[in-house]
Amino acid sequence: MNVTVRFFASLREVIDHEAIVLELPGSTLASVRDQLRCRLNATQWEAICAAGVQVAVNQRIVRGDAALASGDEVAFLPPVTGG
Amino acid sequence: MGGQVQTTVRIQREDFDLAAEWAACRERCTGRAGAVVAFGGLVRDRADHDAVQGLYLEHYPGMTEASIERICAEAADRWRLLTVTVIHRVGDLGPGDQIVLVLVASSHRPDAFAACEFLMDYLKTDAVIWKKERRDGGDAWITATDSDRERRSGW
Repeated sequence: MNVTVRFFASLREVIDHEAIVLELPGSTLASVRDQLRCRLNATQWEAICAAGVQVAVNQRIVRGDAALASGDEVAFLPPVTGG
Repeated sequence: MGGQVQTTVRIQREDFDLAAEWAACRERCTGRAGAVVAFGGLVRDRADHDAVQGLYLEHYPGMTEASIERICAEAADRWRLLTVTVIHRVGDLGPGDQIVLVLVASSHRPDAFAACEFLMDYLKTDAVIWKKERRDGGDAWITATDSDRERRSGW
């Protein structure tokens, strides 16, 4: 199944993509991480794993692993600040 | 405390006009409001010791609005409010430009003052927005500071 993975702000710059579509062998967030670990270089992978980076599935923050469905949108969010 | 609080959240590239938003706020709560408190955030031309050429703000359409709606709902739970307006700009801004407007109307001023400050403190730490400062010494993505987090946890 396919999911779209989006990167924002500093992560978008490091990964040099706003979004990529991944074809997953599994149906969990762990499977997304496995795919990214293969596709990204060391610097990019470290940025994804950095403290403070949150993951959202369909715009909701998730912690730990999560089940995914085809067409889901996964987003990696570096630390935010508004105002 | 809650009740019916009218909340307006807008994320936009364009500038906003305080007088127009103020008038709209008064219009929405004519007769019921005894106080309107406004906060405007502006782009500074210095950060630490560097000159700042400008600010680039990025958001996640949908999630950003939802994050700010949640902050407004939290404020509406804590104080007696009539209307809450949050307008947050994104894109490229220069020194002196307006970044954010928070307008809070209430029957009485203590609730309006407190809620406005609360909203700004929470926007710093919880609004899904990213800011990059364009400094003379190089661009830098900025994050909430320890003092921002302390202020948030004080509520």
